[in-house]
Amino acid sequence: MAKRWLLPVLLVAGFLLSFAIPILNLVNPYYQLILMYIGINIILSTSLNLVNGYMGEFSVGHAGFMAVGAYIAALLTTQLIPDNLLGWMFPLTVLVAGAGTALVGLVVAIPSFKTRGDYLAIVTIAFLFIVKSVFENIEAIGGPRGIPGIPKLTTLPWTYIWTVLTVWVIRNFVYSNFGRGVLSIREDEIASDLMSVNTRQVKLLAFVISAFFAGVAGALFAHVLQFISPRVFDIIKSTDILIMVYLGGIGSIAGSILGATIFTVLLEVLRPLQEWRMVLMPLVLVFLMIYRPTGIMGLREFRWFIPGRDLFARQRWQQKKEASNAAAS
Amino acid sequence: MLLQAKRVTHYFGGLCAVSDFNLDLEKGELVGIIGPNGAGKTTIFNLVTGVYRATEGNIEFDGVELVGKRPDQITNLGIARTFQNIRLFRELSVLDNVRIANYAQMKYNPVEALFQFGRYAQEEVRTIDEAMDFLSVFKLQDYAEETSKNLPYGNQRRLEIARAMATHPKLLLLDEPAAGMNPGEIVQLMDFIGWIREQFDLTIILIEHQMRLVMGICERIKVLDFGATIAEGTPKQIQNDPQVLEAYLGEGVEP
Repeated sequence: MAKRWLLPVLLVAGFLLSFAIPILNLVNPYYQLILMYIGINIILSTSLNLVNGYMGEFSVGHAGFMAVGAYIAALLTTQLIPDNLLGWMFPLTVLVAGAGTALVGLVVAIPSFKTRGDYLAIVTIAFLFIVKSVFENIEAIGGPRGIPGIPKLTTLPWTYIWTVLTVWVIRNFVYSNFGRGVLSIREDEIASDLMSVNTRQVKLLAFVISAFFAGVAGALFAHVLQFISPRVFDIIKSTDILIMVYLGGIGSIAGSILGATIFTVLLEVLRPLQEWRMVLMPLVLVFLMIYRPTGIMGLREFRWFIPGRDLFARQRWQQKKEASNAAAS
Repeated sequence: MLLQAKRVTHYFGGLCAVSDFNLDLEKGELVGIIGPNGAGKTTIFNLVTGVYRATEGNIEFDGVELVGKRPDQITNLGIARTFQNIRLFRELSVLDNVRIANYAQMKYNPVEALFQFGRYAQEEVRTIDEAMDFLSVFKLQDYAEETSKNLPYGNQRRLEIARAMATHPKLLLLDEPAAGMNPGEIVQLMDFIGWIREQFDLTIILIEHQMRLVMGICERIKVLDFGATIAEGTPKQIQNDPQVLEAYLGEGVEP
């Protein structure tokens, strides 16, 4: 069973550390900011991996969902919620942003999944452009200037909690009946239909869950950056998330965590290169697609993330068999 | 009557793939469908399982109309199938292949799955045990954790049938199960089909090119050519039917 109990211990330690770092100022604020971006990017890559990696579809609209979440949350905290309640209401704000985005996800998913593959990519690009121009053209929410003066409510502990929650929920989904349905769609959709999987329902479910967490990430992002505008959520943002997913590895939660972390750190390390970063990053993607198209972890999973029930299925079944045979004789 | 197809006709654009296909299938029967390549055999399976929607005609299963239903709904009514070219979930484990066939029988909702409460754990354990039991019936239990694409060919065929059986069908449609098998393996396959039929109290429709298999186990055979049924009867009758000989061997030349 190889020290699986260590995982919860590490999670609790991480939680305590996320409080300790800002209070005791263990690392400088710049590094704290990077840690928060890593968390937000993990939420984005894990949720996109559900659709692009596990389900094998190609959605390019993740930045659009992120934008919806960011705008909902920013509008709530700047306009609706009174200042003295902001701190307490923040988790609820993020939740509402996620739920609102999930609803938008549902509306997008229904026409999107009448098509597949390349066509889905085009539909989601169209969605991204629609979101951007809608936000640009509504003066009441700042138009192209966006929303300034968003309170800085995203803290390291909140980022940590949402990141762990996202990873946990998506892992649970992937290793459930519905998750196996998602995988079977990637492998062979017709065979999946004929094995009694309600593929339409499964696709909607995966897309809505993915959108929910993109909305959560957007809400957290808006309250770190403290300023959002439609331009922040363009196709480049979507491309960044795609790079994280394909770098880390499709169909792997550990891969998404790895991909988001490497990408975020690399972006900071390469900051002195300025514009050349924007050349280097896509190049990374090109070489990745040629030499390791499934990414670092491609379709493999860190063993601690796999439920013991699945990991030791055959062993446990055999033990049960032997026990019942022994009882019978 | 388990399955009744009445005047089923299907067009692909202007091409008539199946015309006026009729079939009355009693519970427990084993019926073969043969015919040259492109005769419309697989199309009939696709019509019955809802992959295609019949242009005209009715298909009734256990008194329920199938035309217009989704494939997963039809599978839930008790029809399972295998494919001509094996269509396993290649990157998934052997166990997962069989567990996916249990999809519709799982009794928990998405919220229970996302937060792991309620019936979730109990149902997951049940489906693992059931899938493992299925694998052991088909002597595949030792491969449970293997990625299914890595299985030897014969075992992939076997797994595909095991996966189909895990949906708990009353009617099994086998699409060229002997494709790519040598004569020795075909004899084994004949025994195997006979055995699952007894074991699971199944009704079977078999599409096949291997005459040895079809003539050996089918009680009744339908012969298709260019979408039309050209002959029907017992293996003996079929073997001596002049139209069948013509479809397979071509027209005789007058001496």
